[in-house]
Amino acid sequence: MNFGFKKVASYRRHRFAAPALIVVALISLGTTFSMASALTGGPHMVGAEQTTLVQEGKEIFARGCSSCHGINAEGGNIAPALVGVGAAAVDFQVGTGRMPMADMSQQAMRKRPVYNAEQTAALAAYVASLAPGPAAVNDAQLTFERDGNTAQGGELFRTNCAMCHNFAGQGGALSQGKYAPTLMGVEPKHIYEAMITGPQSMPVFSDKVITPAEKLSIIKWIKAAESEPNLGGASLGRVGPVTEGLLVWTLGLGILIGIAVWLAMKAR
Amino acid sequence: MSNEISKFSDPGLPEHVHRKTDTDPKAEKRAEQQVAILFVLSAFFTVLTIYSYIFIKTNTFIFLPIMGDTNAHQFFLGIGLAGSLLFIGFGAVHWAKQLMPDTEVVAMRHEMRSEDVDREDFVQTVKERAGTAGLGRRSLIKRSLGLAVGLIGLTPLVMLRDLGPLPRKQLNTTSWTKGTRLVTDPGNRPIHVNDLEVGAVAQVLPELPTGTERTLENIGTDAVLLIRLRPEDFQLDSERLSWTHEGIIAFSKICSHMGCAVALYEQQTKHLLCPCHQSTFDVTRAAKVIFGPAARPLPQLAITVDSQGYLVAQQGFTEPIGPSFWERSS
Repeated sequence: MNFGFKKVASYRRHRFAAPALIVVALISLGTTFSMASALTGGPHMVGAEQTTLVQEGKEIFARGCSSCHGINAEGGNIAPALVGVGAAAVDFQVGTGRMPMADMSQQAMRKRPVYNAEQTAALAAYVASLAPGPAAVNDAQLTFERDGNTAQGGELFRTNCAMCHNFAGQGGALSQGKYAPTLMGVEPKHIYEAMITGPQSMPVFSDKVITPAEKLSIIKWIKAAESEPNLGGASLGRVGPVTEGLLVWTLGLGILIGIAVWLAMKAR
Repeated sequence: MSNEISKFSDPGLPEHVHRKTDTDPKAEKRAEQQVAILFVLSAFFTVLTIYSYIFIKTNTFIFLPIMGDTNAHQFFLGIGLAGSLLFIGFGAVHWAKQLMPDTEVVAMRHEMRSEDVDREDFVQTVKERAGTAGLGRRSLIKRSLGLAVGLIGLTPLVMLRDLGPLPRKQLNTTSWTKGTRLVTDPGNRPIHVNDLEVGAVAQVLPELPTGTERTLENIGTDAVLLIRLRPEDFQLDSERLSWTHEGIIAFSKICSHMGCAVALYEQQTKHLLCPCHQSTFDVTRAAKVIFGPAARPLPQLAITVDSQGYLVAQQGFTEPIGPSFWERSS
């Protein structure tokens, strides 16, 4: 038998070709949504001499940041002043690759950091030297594995974080194209710094309202959610009833329609 | 030329087309095998179901493309159950379509109306029996029966009342009163005026008197969002401005549309967003609705500080919180 190209091409007129194509299209449509990509966080910070660090940071700032934030970090038309934002804000924004911004779209997104750990530390030291602000978080403070309480963290997360970042930390939409990013795969120190600095649309969560110990619990809960297995089968991105509904309405209903068509088809 | 419309002639049934399985013994044999294969597949999936139920450990995870790490126990249980039922169905349908007789059968419908003789007979019977039972004569029985049957209908109506107490004033009141301290949710710690930086938010609840247990119903009506802005950001009238304290403003978290928790606060735009139907409230203008289906602004809670500097309510909410209801005045 000849299985050449013509033979294959002749199948496009086969009576099952159209239903088969529909099923393939529905499956690919339905499953695309359960695909998720995760980026890795920035590198760890290391300590260095303070004064030389500030000097080094000033140079990096003049080259990489001053065109938007002003030569003395006084801000400009398109970027805010950085006086008093503190080292924590710099460590978060630069360490997660949000700054420098690649494009002036709705919001800065997480991407590969442009500056390495030493350069980020230098920039943070420089900005911190302008005016006091929240200090960058070092790994010694992040004792969430030992001191965190997952259950308490979950309760705090559901009250304070879940409305924007989704009940499983997967992120969600805000207004006008802005969004709360996913918390999966974010460095613990960056989560902590985001809570104390309130980057972009995110509000600040003060240490008196959510104590440092409670912040560690929140981080511990996020890390637990990250490594939690999907006991119920495909997670569909853990974004709740939207993907589940979409899958049922497209793939589920599509299969049922296909079966109904087959049932009513006259045998030949 | 006449304009008469010529009558259609009954086209009758289309000519019966024989299936391949009716004419070709080879095709018949093949269809028979296909049906058998479908039934055997069903049997295989039943075995798979029982096997995975008994022998696959519940904590076994396998990697599947698209699905990711999947619980093998659950996965094969589901596939097995689905396959065992589905293939019996597929087999039965395939069998019916390909091998069972497919000749068209015409079953004529008879008229729905009973024949006149039967109808008259029925009326006659009813009249006769009603007469002998004395329905026309014994009015005492007739009336007492009416009373009994009528009253039986009341029982479900009375039971309906037990579906729950009437809300009464419940929808108009919350636990907030003059001097109630604002405490963190969760944690129940009072909030000092200096605890919040500009741009900070706090989820708060009213401090309940000691010994009072906070119920979910309490949280559902009392929840408040506290936001600190720069005082110069406010565009409020003098009354609403007096309800804030050093840039700290408090709103009910219960959406005035459908009662979802409104707590998506965008620090840069100073908008509050409801996650359910995207109603957007402008915090600087007393939670004015700037987008979405909400009909009213979120109720604002008047706050001030007590002698120790902790945030307290000046008074309870001045309007019912949450969505509209019948008795609500606005």
